Amino acid sequence: MITSATQQLRASYAFVERNAYLIRRYWSWELVWLTYSIANSLSVSYIGLGIEKMGGQNIDGRQLVLYLVVGTLVWRYLSLLFYWITDMIALERWEGTIEYTLMAPIHRLTHMLGQTTFAVTYSLLFTGIILAVTVKLFQIDLSNANLVGATLVMLSGSLSFIGVGIVGSILPLLFPERGAQMTHVIIALLLLVSGVYYPVEVLPHALQQIAVVSPATYVLEGTRSALLDGLPTIQLWAFVRPALIAGAIAIPIGLWLFGLAERYAKRTGKLHRNG
Amino acid sequence: MNEIAIHVQDIYKNFHKQSSFPWPRRNGGEVSRQVVAVDNVSFDVHKGEIFGVLGPNGSGKSTLVRLIATLLLPDGGSITVFDHDVVRDPMAVQRLINRVSVEASFFKKLSPMENLSYGARLYGLNNRQARIQIREILNRLGLEASSVGKPVEEMSRGMQQKVAIARALLTHPAVLLLDEPTTGLDPRSKREVQSLVCELRDQEGTTILLTTHDMVEADTLCDRIAIMDSGRVVALETPEKLRSLVPSQNGHAPTLEDVFLELTGKKLVSEEANS
Ligand SMILES: Nc1ncnc2c1ncn2[C@@H]1O[C@H](COP(=O)(O)OP(=O)(O)O)[C@@H](O)[C@H]1O
Ligand SMILES: [Mg+2]
Repeated sequence: MITSATQQLRASYAFVERNAYLIRRYWSWELVWLTYSIANSLSVSYIGLGIEKMGGQNIDGRQLVLYLVVGTLVWRYLSLLFYWITDMIALERWEGTIEYTLMAPIHRLTHMLGQTTFAVTYSLLFTGIILAVTVKLFQIDLSNANLVGATLVMLSGSLSFIGVGIVGSILPLLFPERGAQMTHVIIALLLLVSGVYYPVEVLPHALQQIAVVSPATYVLEGTRSALLDGLPTIQLWAFVRPALIAGAIAIPIGLWLFGLAERYAKRTGKLHRNG
Repeated sequence: MNEIAIHVQDIYKNFHKQSSFPWPRRNGGEVSRQVVAVDNVSFDVHKGEIFGVLGPNGSGKSTLVRLIATLLLPDGGSITVFDHDVVRDPMAVQRLINRVSVEASFFKKLSPMENLSYGARLYGLNNRQARIQIREILNRLGLEASSVGKPVEEMSRGMQQKVAIARALLTHPAVLLLDEPTTGLDPRSKREVQSLVCELRDQEGTTILLTTHDMVEADTLCDRIAIMDSGRVVALETPEKLRSLVPSQNGHAPTLEDVFLELTGKKLVSEEANS
């Protein structure tokens, strides 16, 4: 049993190493993607200053910028995580390696563990770079911010997004041609309801109800409290707890649904493109 | 030579061919077309045997291989690999097998070393030893040392196929499934692969199931050959007995090709579209 557990752990590193190799090969693409993400974050954040200029004197542009900066960063982090998990299935489909990966003697948990270990590390680094650039440009003062607490909140929120990502990766598994594009729908809906760029209170009642169950809502509120109000880590538990619970529900459900989809794919011959 | 490595019993598999998106169904229009890919096939492969499967394109060879490889779930019948059921205990089977398919499926931007290192880790192999072995096997297969670090996409199809074979050999499978491993290879590469197949069986006692369109290859390599047509096994004999199934023509002793054409002849024209 022990040897089999260590073997599974070892096997999970296969995904970490492979993804690192892929990044190395596609490094120029990573730079493009980073530039895109920074430009995106900045243009959203400038809306804060823009509104101050256009709107009344009562609006505190700086405060608005901070609000939006945290929104873009947390959202970048969570969606990166999501896409790393779904894209890997999509890429394996595209390359035709999926049959070899699914034929290997590993548990799906091992597979996802390796994949998410990499995804979390990558997404944190990536988001960290954007944070550094944004802080410099807007001369944001982080001396009162609880950076450790913010990272903790983000990490706890990762779990649920990993679960959502696993569910999302079912789409490219079952729909070779359009599956990857369909995953965007999941991210767009979560963006709408989770209060990334506005407080969820402005949403219609029905959408607010959905916001309650979106794990991103708590991650965003928690990160804002940590970065903007410098809330001590112990008080952040109020945000970490629902995020952890959501994760504890989402990951097993994700794995279970993925298992069903995998069996369905093996029954109907969806793993290979041609006969 | 009496232990049974692969036991295939009344195995049945059909596919629904439909548009990639399952809904909405057009009312009254053509619903889905059923294809019986493997139709009540039974046979045993003995330990250490090289078992050939011949048949025209679309006769169900690859489907059969995928069923043994746990990549497809059967609609009827059962398959065991050294007494492990492919449906009930897929992981036990996965530990014993590996497969080479006709299309060499790799992360094309990654090098053979990177691709194979990934493969080795998936099977829980020690990475340092695996890397040494990867060089050895690739060298043995005639791949220049300089190609080991270059992207797979820059290699010829023959070279890629050798890397695919190396990927399978690396895990020292007790049962090796070779699905048209020599299709598209030049004569020298073909020979190299063929001698490797013999060597594997002679030195490691590997059980090999081989599908091929090369009649000479089948004749010289295989201990027994099953000829498939439209999902059914229409003959299962040693090459010598198969050759004696058809009368000699124009004074020539019949070749395996004559037998193949005789047993599957009616289908040659109508099935050529499938591959
Ligand atoms: N995933 C699949 N979906 C639908 N039909 C399939 C699938 N795989 C194979 N088939 C069909 O099953 C039949 C047998 O195919 P295959 O096993 O690939 O034959 P072979 O390897 O002998 O050429 C063919 O008609 C093929 O089109
Ligand atoms: Mg085939």
